[in-house]
Amino acid sequence: MKECMVRLIYCEMLGYESSFGYIHAIKLAQQGNLLEKRVGYLAVSLFLHENHELLLLLVNTVVKDLQSTNLVEVCMALTIVSQIFPREMIPAVLPLIEDKLQHSKEIIRRKAVQALYKFYLIAPNQVQHIHDKFRKALCDRDVGVMAASLHIYLQMVKENSSGYKDLTGSFVTILKQVVGGKLPIDFNYHSVPAPWLQIQLLRILGLLGKDDPRTSELMYDVLDESLRRAEINHNITYAILFECVQTIYTIHPKSELLEKAAKCIGKFVLSSKINLKYLGLKALTYVIQQDPNLALQHQMTIIECLDHPDPIIKRETLELLYRITNGQNVIVIVQKMLDYLKQSKEEYTIISLAGKIAELAEKYAPDNEWFIQTMNAVFSVGGDVVHPDIPNNFLRLLAEGFDDGKEDEQLRLYAVQSYLALLEEEDAFYPQKFLQVMSWVLGEYSSLVTDVDTEIILTRLHRLLKKTFVTPETKAWIMAAVTKIASRTSCSKTVDKLIQEFSTSLDTCMRQYAFELKHLCEDKVLMKSLLPFDASCNDIVVDASLSFLDGFVAEGLGHGAAPYKPHHQRQEEKLSQEKALNFEPYGLSFASSMSSSGFTGRQSPTGLSFGSDTSGNSAETGHKETNSLKLDGVRKLWGKEGYLPKKENKIGKEDEPLTVPCGSLLAGHVADPPVSQSDQVATLSEEEKEKQQLASTLFVGLGSNAGVSLMGKADMATQKFKRKSKINETQNTEETPDIQNSAALALGPLLDTLPSNKEGHEGDEHTRLRKASPCSSDTVEDNLAFEKPQSLKKPGLDNKLLHSSLSSSSLFADSNIEIFHPLPSAQCESANKTLLAPSLPGELAELPHSEVVELCQSDDLALHLCKVWTDDSLLLAVFVSNKNTSALNAVNLVFEKAEHFRILESPAYQFSVIEAQSVEHCQQCVQMDKICTQGILSGSINYQSEMETRLEFSITLSLLDFIRPMEMTTEDFGRLWLSLSNDVKQNLKMSSQDSFSAALNTLQQKLKLHIVDIIGNEGILACQLLSSVPCLLHCRIHAGMLALWFRSPCSALPDSLLYQCQKSQHSDLSELAS
Amino acid sequence: MISAILVFNNHGKPRLVRFYQRLAEEVQQQIIRETFHLVLKRDDHICNFLECGSLFGGPDYKLIYRHYATLYFVFCVDSSESELGILDLIQVFVETLDKCFENVCELDLIFHMDKVHYILQEVVIGGMVLETNMNEIVAQAEAQSKLEKTEGGLSAAPSRAVSAVKNINLPEIPRNINIGDINIKVPNLSQFV
Repeated sequence: MKECMVRLIYCEMLGYESSFGYIHAIKLAQQGNLLEKRVGYLAVSLFLHENHELLLLLVNTVVKDLQSTNLVEVCMALTIVSQIFPREMIPAVLPLIEDKLQHSKEIIRRKAVQALYKFYLIAPNQVQHIHDKFRKALCDRDVGVMAASLHIYLQMVKENSSGYKDLTGSFVTILKQVVGGKLPIDFNYHSVPAPWLQIQLLRILGLLGKDDPRTSELMYDVLDESLRRAEINHNITYAILFECVQTIYTIHPKSELLEKAAKCIGKFVLSSKINLKYLGLKALTYVIQQDPNLALQHQMTIIECLDHPDPIIKRETLELLYRITNGQNVIVIVQKMLDYLKQSKEEYTIISLAGKIAELAEKYAPDNEWFIQTMNAVFSVGGDVVHPDIPNNFLRLLAEGFDDGKEDEQLRLYAVQSYLALLEEEDAFYPQKFLQVMSWVLGEYSSLVTDVDTEIILTRLHRLLKKTFVTPETKAWIMAAVTKIASRTSCSKTVDKLIQEFSTSLDTCMRQYAFELKHLCEDKVLMKSLLPFDASCNDIVVDASLSFLDGFVAEGLGHGAAPYKPHHQRQEEKLSQEKALNFEPYGLSFASSMSSSGFTGRQSPTGLSFGSDTSGNSAETGHKETNSLKLDGVRKLWGKEGYLPKKENKIGKEDEPLTVPCGSLLAGHVADPPVSQSDQVATLSEEEKEKQQLASTLFVGLGSNAGVSLMGKADMATQKFKRKSKINETQNTEETPDIQNSAALALGPLLDTLPSNKEGHEGDEHTRLRKASPCSSDTVEDNLAFEKPQSLKKPGLDNKLLHSSLSSSSLFADSNIEIFHPLPSAQCESANKTLLAPSLPGELAELPHSEVVELCQSDDLALHLCKVWTDDSLLLAVFVSNKNTSALNAVNLVFEKAEHFRILESPAYQFSVIEAQSVEHCQQCVQMDKICTQGILSGSINYQSEMETRLEFSITLSLLDFIRPMEMTTEDFGRLWLSLSNDVKQNLKMSSQDSFSAALNTLQQKLKLHIVDIIGNEGILACQLLSSVPCLLHCRIHAGMLALWFRSPCSALPDSLLYQCQKSQHSDLSELAS
Repeated sequence: MISAILVFNNHGKPRLVRFYQRLAEEVQQQIIRETFHLVLKRDDHICNFLECGSLFGGPDYKLIYRHYATLYFVFCVDSSESELGILDLIQVFVETLDKCFENVCELDLIFHMDKVHYILQEVVIGGMVLETNMNEIVAQAEAQSKLEKTEGGLSAAPSRAVSAVKNINLPEIPRNINIGDINIKVPNLSQFV
């Protein structure tokens, strides 16, 4: 069997189907002796994948082997677990593997860590509770185990570098020891101590030190040391050097190290070994943005690499050149790229390179002619594989143009001319995308060319239409172009011929276009209004609600037709009708029977309220009438003036490439590139001279005589183009009376209230303050007298405040007294800061809420936070207290966008002024977008005191903040349970003194679950994640174990809840222990 | 992460294939073929790195290969691996094979492919480099082969007897699966490393 399995593996490797043997591989792993088991496991790991159904059969064997006393069996089981293991079955083996972390054998510990890494990759939530064990593994006395744990850390740091800053010290120490040769001698490879370990550590450090001066500070020494030690001339030392360089350029820069790193890059680039050269170029590409001078130093090498026989080197060089392109060297660089593009055959290379060329051409084009030529080259060489954005952007650029009208005209004119020239050739073959671009441009702008007869253009397009290689899609583009041109000419023989020819075409689409064209030609006025010249950028108003059909609908309803119901409603009614007998009278439906409508059957007895539906769904109502009416409806759909759909159709097509909102549209005319070819030394050989010249053209703008850094130059160049501002356009669209506009109008008042709200608060506070403290001192009275008129000035505001869902005025109901009582004394300059502690106002205080905690604090201001768990959301109440004796102006509170959370209202909040010694407060409603057990919401507050100050803070939000009990009946639970698909099961150990109900109570309190029912030793609980993702839990007690079974429509939720369960149980146990 | 390790000979016949990423059988075969064509085109004196484009479904992936006599060792890795590091890892792997098989050659890979897989398992698990210490790898591999010997002496004997009896009854079972392309002209076999 064993031999057979090995041969089966061989067959599978050669590509023969061997699925018949999979089950035997599993059997072998289950039943065989040690040797057979080994082959079985190997075969399984090669044959199956994670989601293979047969893999489930292996789980039990793995569990058994993990518990075995034989080291080899444990090893094999761990190996298979870290290679493939079904995600849902992780809980079954997780405790066993955790135990293995304490095993006395290094190899077992190492493999256990590797298995946990695998788990972390496929189900990070399930191993969250053992993060401290990873730390232990990092400190393991065996180097192998430590090295294995680095994989986990590299991954975790990559995901969230801020969470592991505290480990920087440890990583640095480890690296120091490794570099210092403290490891056992057999970890040396070519007398370099543990090079792979070093590489891994350098990567982690790079990630940790990115944009963080303080953390970077810690690693400067060790990086320096690494650079110094890696002197031996061997591949592996270069690998370390390369990582060092990359890390140095990633972390917060230090000039000495940068200098050394630059020297290292020089070593790479100048090396005769081709691998090193490649890496050198890669490093150069990486650092070029920070240090363009480095490219200058190596310009000759780069030029040599351009002509290197190895295409990989060439490509890397082009990538480097792409990064240093500016307005002055763009022509040479793009030329080089085009040369390469023409040679390469690989689709992937073409796509990426064509994209880059197009981008450069748009950004830095020196003149129109060059730009059009370059784009032509890209289209014709790139063929149809180029990214669809390229032609779209190009057409958009042509259509939208720049501020300078004349410039536009020229560009378009030139485009038309060049395309006409290209089409002149009879047998030329062009890619479809290029033809589409051509036909669009000719259709739109051919009239700009005055010296060419339109008849000629039409003939050329006509000729294209007859070509066999042209696809139907392209034909549609060409027809659109013909139509557009035809609208501008009085009559044309070619058009007539074309109509005649295609009216009998077998292609229905072409026939359709031909007929449309024919009809349009008959009605020139309509044609002109449909196809205005150069209107491709104008927004078209489309009546999406089809309101012009309203009258028709009303008429239909008057005749007794059934009101339209949306699909789902009909479905529901159908279902309800099927299930139960209908007890309602049919009598009222006689109206519909009169109108001989075929739809009487559809009308439900309850659906008689047609008045209510009429206006809402007028669009769809049109479809749902009697037969004769249906035809009408169709015709009307075609447009009020007859040919609406044609217009929409066409416009849709034209707009398609145009409406994609995209940032960079910079192109056009730059002042002629200064050809500053410096005089080269004449004694050089001819070839050298050529290269030198090339270098000087390539690196122009980078040169020291230019004196300006690359990036600065590029920016200057790009700013030369004045783009038509986007804002302008959006304003234009708003002016057109459409739906958006009305939406904006509706928003208007809301926006108005926002800024005035806080002033309202102020006034409100003070009036209330008077009520609350009638016995206050004279100073307060004075103060109030001063404030009162202000509050009276805004009588409307209070109203508005009351209307807003979380009425701010009521928030102050209770707390005013606490907050403002100290005011008088504070104004007497007694620094009574302790009393500034904020507390929750009125209604919120009654809701469950957390303690008020301090977020951050400066000399002037303190920020406090309180979480309020309302039934339907998590409210963050933020208190800003001014500790100064003077008022603070323009205090801005901004929440940053977080990955997992969403702030429902605007993430920014502004207090225009905060009075001395007072507390202002605001609240934010937060929702969890992506499920995680814990996340961080960060933000900042800035304010104006003597100078602009900015404070940063972060709020830790846990999943439990968003979990609410969900009340339901046992029957509902049963129904919901069956409908949910994702489940997670886990057994938890229970301490003996814990009773079942006590355990349930813990769950109820800690996790905010709602206990639906308890039946004997089983219990069912339910909760929901805001807003409205349910999660059901079924738990059963059995032999001292609590079996938990979660189900939810969302797959991540059960995992996370399970984690919280484990956590709460741990904390329970520790409470009991203490 | 390493997403695949491929070993094939100068004719493109796979000798060791290990994917660490779930791919359909046909895709795997296609990758092997295309990789072979990509690698074959390249001279010996140009660089050992190769961008494999969309072969693995992303621009992130690179092929890193070494050519030893009749065999190409190709590692397909993503950007989180150091190129030179992997290059030397191939060297480590081959040196380890050499130690375990005492002058390894292509035939060793064919006839002991299970053993080769075990050795590979010690070096790379689930796409991650686990062990780079050559002595440790050799020690593990030897411990296992020692086990094989003891097991073979004790427990394998009866099972051999059983299978022998079974085979008597079923003479049509092929004794050897014919592997057509093995190059068994011994003088031609040059060892690598």
